Amino acid sequence: MTNFRYVGKNIPRTLETDKVTGRAVYIDDFKLPGMLYGKILYSSYVNARIKKIDTTQAKALAGVRAVLTGEDIPEVRVGFIKDQTVLKKGRVRQYRDEIAAVAAISPEIAQAAVDLIEVEYEEIPGVFDPFEAMQKEAPLVHEVDARGKPIRSNVLPLPWKFSAGDLEQGRKDSAFVVKDRVSTTWVNQCCMGTSGCVAEFDASNNLTLHNQTNVIFGAKQRIAEYFAKIGLKDKNIRVKNVVVGGSFGTKLDTDIYEFICIQLALKTRKPVKILFTREEEFKALPPRQPAVFDIEQGCDKDGKLTFRHVEAVLDNGAYTSWGATTPSVMMTPISSLYRVENVYFKASCVYTNNIYCQAMRGYGTPQATFAVETSMDRLAEAAGIDPAEFRSINRNQSGDLTPMKLKITTCGLEECIQAVKEKLSWDEKHGKRNGRGVGMASLIHVAGGARVYKSDGHGMRIKVDDEGHVDVISGGTDQGQGSSTVLSQIIAEELGFRPEDISFTIGDSALGLWDAGTHASRHTFIAGNAAIAACKKIRRQILKMATVQLPKIIQFGLKRKKRMDPDFDLPEIDFSLFADPDNLDIQERKVFLKSDPENPYCSVDASQILKQGLHVGNGKSQTVMAEVFYDPPTQMLDREFKGNISMTYAFGTTGVEVEVDKQTGEVKILSMIAAHDVGRAINPTLIKGQIYGAAYTGTGYALTEEIKSLKGKVMNPNFRDYNILTAKDDIPVEAVVVELGDADGPYGAKGIGEPGLVPTAPAIANAIYDAIGVRITQLPITPERILDAIKQKEGDAWCE
Amino acid sequence: MNTVSISFNLNGDPVVADVPRDWTLLKTLREVFELTGAKEGCGVGDCGACTVIVDGDAVNACLYPIPEIEGKQVLTIEGVAKPDGSLHPIQQAFIENNGVQCGFCTSGMIMSAKALLDETPEPEEADIRSAIAGNLCRCTGYVQIIESIEMATKHE
Repeated sequence: MTNFRYVGKNIPRTLETDKVTGRAVYIDDFKLPGMLYGKILYSSYVNARIKKIDTTQAKALAGVRAVLTGEDIPEVRVGFIKDQTVLKKGRVRQYRDEIAAVAAISPEIAQAAVDLIEVEYEEIPGVFDPFEAMQKEAPLVHEVDARGKPIRSNVLPLPWKFSAGDLEQGRKDSAFVVKDRVSTTWVNQCCMGTSGCVAEFDASNNLTLHNQTNVIFGAKQRIAEYFAKIGLKDKNIRVKNVVVGGSFGTKLDTDIYEFICIQLALKTRKPVKILFTREEEFKALPPRQPAVFDIEQGCDKDGKLTFRHVEAVLDNGAYTSWGATTPSVMMTPISSLYRVENVYFKASCVYTNNIYCQAMRGYGTPQATFAVETSMDRLAEAAGIDPAEFRSINRNQSGDLTPMKLKITTCGLEECIQAVKEKLSWDEKHGKRNGRGVGMASLIHVAGGARVYKSDGHGMRIKVDDEGHVDVISGGTDQGQGSSTVLSQIIAEELGFRPEDISFTIGDSALGLWDAGTHASRHTFIAGNAAIAACKKIRRQILKMATVQLPKIIQFGLKRKKRMDPDFDLPEIDFSLFADPDNLDIQERKVFLKSDPENPYCSVDASQILKQGLHVGNGKSQTVMAEVFYDPPTQMLDREFKGNISMTYAFGTTGVEVEVDKQTGEVKILSMIAAHDVGRAINPTLIKGQIYGAAYTGTGYALTEEIKSLKGKVMNPNFRDYNILTAKDDIPVEAVVVELGDADGPYGAKGIGEPGLVPTAPAIANAIYDAIGVRITQLPITPERILDAIKQKEGDAWCE
Repeated sequence: MNTVSISFNLNGDPVVADVPRDWTLLKTLREVFELTGAKEGCGVGDCGACTVIVDGDAVNACLYPIPEIEGKQVLTIEGVAKPDGSLHPIQQAFIENNGVQCGFCTSGMIMSAKALLDETPEPEEADIRSAIAGNLCRCTGYVQIIESIEMATKHE
């Protein structure tokens, strides 16, 4: 590996020093002159007709500037399949339905006004179980679709069906077959900063939305579409990020509160802020999509997978956000985690009166991987093969083309499996059933972009001023992952400048060029490649400028020195060498002659060249800047959901050793090894941060986290009753970074944002099985579920 | 309005203010003194994003009734760096070791860590875990936060 100056180094996050001094401005801290505060009235009933809304008292409250109901704003459908309106009129279908909104001079007055709004409801029976909702006699959650056509079923008209190979042949070739039902539940993303935005119109009705989205151009597009329907067609829309207090999927879609905020700002002609309370964050923000999988897999007598058949039912909730699209991503592990030729997958998303769902870190892969990896363990046992060996037999390999037509360019899965085996002393510990056990699970995830929109591009602008300062304007966003640090390493390396020369402007649709969004673990890969391409242009410009300016600067310096010191011997320099930019190089911001790098007289700070190049005085002055739009040569999925959507794929294996107390059902994690094929680590410390954080969230997903929903009502909307892990939950996680280098990645890097979470829950479930011989197929694996399973197993044994 | 006159020491300076009696320390810091480093992550003392140091103890400012602050010494994240702007070793370590990601919990984390290190300059890992047990973080898994705090003890 080439010796790099910045790439591969643990460069500190100096660009984010404001975050450790309290200066960083999050949406909580963001204020504009004259700003009002918005609050939302949610439904008191889960499924009801609204008979009457009385806002008289709310409007009369001092300090209130606007009260809006569905009667006051155009009835425009929004969302992925346009199945809801911004403020609900006549009918509510879930507790979080937004019925009215208030803008007032303080959040307290706005809330008091919301509390004064009187609503008369007529309750109607709801449906809360997706399997019940699929029955013919089930009450319909929606009567008509976006086009006004009657709806006859709660099953959404989405095309999630995938098949490859010959399933029947696969069954015939099977020596062993296992079939399981595996289910996952709602979990909240739990960003530490709650949701919120500030909407601001100018006098000509152009909008600036200060928000936290990871998809500034997608948000702009959705708002533009909304504007076209409310009489604001062609108004300018600027979407601008504040510092974002975590995302984990919550900032991909444009949420209803953002449209409400826009309406309140439009009505009051003032900037309006909406900021969620933690309770709202739990009750009114779409969580991770739950799913129930029926998975059947077979293998031949040698342990080679013969087929995989999966049917999934997803509780869609009452409306549709990105949760309903998670099956398109579940297809990746279902079709392509381990080598299996014959695959069938079908997913049904079903309307219920529960909370509706959106993206969360991993976007469907944690759910599907829990199913696949539970089944893998069961099948290994049926075939009498060690589960680690079973995974090795079926592992993906570089050069594979998977049934989904994903091109596996580089694959470090075997290295990851072996690292986990070795670090856990797998052979020694596996299969003891003595209350301690080891388990593993693997993952595949897009790691070189994901063409979910027709453009998977990223626009990057770089300019270098006459002080040698590099301003980078990226069309992407940062939600805490440290993109600016990683990109500054790439840019510094590529330009020959220093990281401290580089500043970042991100998350502003007016300044940045188009970017598909900081999602799908794509930012380092896509923005990194854009940065490299832009830097090549910048470097060329500086070196060309140097061919003219460098000799002048050197000669000027030498003459000056001679003037000051008549004894100074002028060095012999061949100035003809400076005429060719290929003879020049840049390191540490110094431009020098390649053939004579140590010569102090031939090395000049780039800022001097840039200054001379700009301040010319003869009509030929130049600045240095470059714009690059990088769109990787990948494919959209075709009608059969096949196509190479990413330039490369990440693999990884998590191994866990647990101790299970059979009396209490408590699980203690003794060791967790998270081995990841990252291509190349641009910043190992930052990569480990992604892996550790994801492992903790994954452990919460496995053991403690669940939105408790009782007939559509979130019963635990706070951190006392919804348990994310704390520093006291000491999970000894070790990150193993496997670096094989990927030819298409920036300096060989693959994306790593989401992968760490994906295999954690099934690895823990598999370790629990190894420890005590009971298999929990439902998340989270609570002590109660473990005790029930032990009781059932012992009961069964008693009966036998 | 039912207000209370309070005087206390804020980040080394004596301050006075008339504040509604039912306000919390957090609201006062944010609204009156415009110190927004302490965050409201939950408003009910579950998450620790609002942690500040009062008379040496890390407290949840979102639960702290403002009348109780009379005469006390309050340190917020804004008062942690040296007057010349150079960072405190804990802040420096968070930057160097990726102890900060989204940063929303960071002010509270640093204040909890500072209260610990002021009292116990060479803490065990278990002490650190206890000290930040009330500070929730969703980004880091706490690993590099704990490492950063350990690193800071060596810097000091």
